[in-house]
Amino acid sequence: MENQNPVPKVIPKVLVLRPPPVFRFFEPRYLDKFQFLKAWESPIPTEEFLETHAASVAAMLTSGFNRITADILRRLPSLRLIVTTSAGLDHIDLPECRRRGIAVASAGSIFSEDVADAAVGLLLDVLRRVTTADRYVRAGLWPLNGDYPLGTKLGGKRVGIIGLGNIGLEVAKRLEAFGCSISYTSRTKKASVSFPFYQTAIELAANCDILVICCMLTDQTRHMVNKEVLKALGKEGVVINIARGGVIDEKELVRCLVEGEIAGAGLDAYEREPEVPKELFTLDNVVLSPHCAVFTDEWLRNLCELLAANFEAFFSNKPLISPVAI
Amino acid sequence: MEDIGVLLRFPAMPYLDQELDKHFKLFRFWDVSENEKEAFLRKNSGSIRAVVGNASAGADAELIDSLPNLEIVACFSVGLDKVDLDKCKEKGIRVTNTPDVLTDDVADLAIGLILATMRRICESDRFVRSGKWKKGDFKLTTKFTGKSVGIIGLGRIGLAIAMRAEAFGCPISYHSRSPKPDLKYKYYPSVVELASNCRILVVACALTEETHHIVNQKVIDALGPKGVLINIARGPLVDESELVSALVDGRLGGAGLDVFEHEPVVPEELFGLDNVVLTPHIGSGTVETRMAMADLVLGNLKAHFSSRPLLTPVV
Repeated sequence: MENQNPVPKVIPKVLVLRPPPVFRFFEPRYLDKFQFLKAWESPIPTEEFLETHAASVAAMLTSGFNRITADILRRLPSLRLIVTTSAGLDHIDLPECRRRGIAVASAGSIFSEDVADAAVGLLLDVLRRVTTADRYVRAGLWPLNGDYPLGTKLGGKRVGIIGLGNIGLEVAKRLEAFGCSISYTSRTKKASVSFPFYQTAIELAANCDILVICCMLTDQTRHMVNKEVLKALGKEGVVINIARGGVIDEKELVRCLVEGEIAGAGLDAYEREPEVPKELFTLDNVVLSPHCAVFTDEWLRNLCELLAANFEAFFSNKPLISPVAI
Repeated sequence: MEDIGVLLRFPAMPYLDQELDKHFKLFRFWDVSENEKEAFLRKNSGSIRAVVGNASAGADAELIDSLPNLEIVACFSVGLDKVDLDKCKEKGIRVTNTPDVLTDDVADLAIGLILATMRRICESDRFVRSGKWKKGDFKLTTKFTGKSVGIIGLGRIGLAIAMRAEAFGCPISYHSRSPKPDLKYKYYPSVVELASNCRILVVACALTEETHHIVNQKVIDALGPKGVLINIARGPLVDESELVSALVDGRLGGAGLDVFEHEPVVPEELFGLDNVVLTPHIGSGTVETRMAMADLVLGNLKAHFSSRPLLTPVV
């Protein structure tokens, strides 16, 4: 008699070195679709784990906080896909991926809106002193000390955006509604926008009141916002960073803020997270957030769907949903 | 004009105080202790021909009656709830305010409060400064883009808030005394219906006898545990004790408040809550805007006393 039993479906394996923040929501939702190889749960060192258990693994899930180095990639001879939960790619050795033919999919532009919202929120907070005023009220100082010191008007300010990708464009769209004028610097001039373009960050800084950093971290952009750029921005200038800490020379930024060389900053990213320079804690003209520009409830739902869709496409030999050109 | 008495009801910014002092005979009424105010008025009322008030203190019937030579009340605010307008009309006293110059700043702060409340910006700043980030990530917050925004009062400020929220992809609805057919926003004939149909309710209307406690328990309940209330208008528009208990109980999702019923007193129950943002009436509080407001006050006074048309008359 013919064997009537269906061939058991093989659940494809997905390697996870260390869990991205989304993992605790993603895993339970997709347990029946993917078998997660959880390297961090193993008592043996990661390198050994990879050699022992991951030789046949074709796909990996990572966050923006794990460094996917050539060394790690070498221990994954069957790897053909890396899906990262970030939009940034600075944590992945892209040339090595290109050489090996490993495809990369990112979180694309699904959270550009959330990040842009956070950028505007930080900017309004710095200029209008929302967080420090809230502290003032909660400390009971309003009845004692009277009115809070004045802030700075946002309308009419010149905003310079570093990196006019998806996030930069969403920031521009929002700030225009507040009466700001927009200019930008980017790797290349964008024909689709009419905002004034500057070749360099220093020229941009010299012609704006507020710098919003929205670019990727690469070798070219590392420490791009340096002493000269901050000096060009000037004493009334404000810096907002919702990108990567490495784009700014953090030591120089701190010095400028402490010495009043720039007027204020709203920061969601730092060079050595979660370390935040202690000098910033004493300043009232700085708003600090813990790299959470992305972390909203909608981001979570959309991200889980996008990750799963990318893995499913890969395992069914269909085109990836949000591939990155590397 | 140096002999024209001007009664100043609040501690004005240096520029305004200096200019008033330079051009008029300035009486700093805010600096007179409570038990000496009556005597002060009796002594000086004859020479007082103008009152400069603000959101906290203006010209009520009692004060107007005690100033027989009062000709003009110049408000350092756009709100007129502290001025007895009927009495002024009755006595032919002119009233001016500071519209338009502060519209952008107040609308900006409304959006700033929405973002601070929904994205927990103040709380996350506390999280970083207290060292908690070293122990773990911050929580998920609530996305603002695309959320429905309901505005009570679609005047200058309400419209400016709507324009900004639209840039965040928010569908806009509103309630006002009468619908505005020129606008593409959805109108609701009652505040309760508006609150039932939006995630973020923004109070942007004038405080009058009719609008006192317009945001009451029914409205707060309709807004609900996922709803956010933003008030950049006047404290008494909201039933504050209902609001506090709803926030403490979790029946209302969150609130961003720039105004309170008894400023500068803020209910202490709110101090321990992470889902509220509290600012000390800073809606127009930027250097640029306060200068523009001061210039309007000065301009209106000078115009009146040189028999020229007022810049921004209300009455």
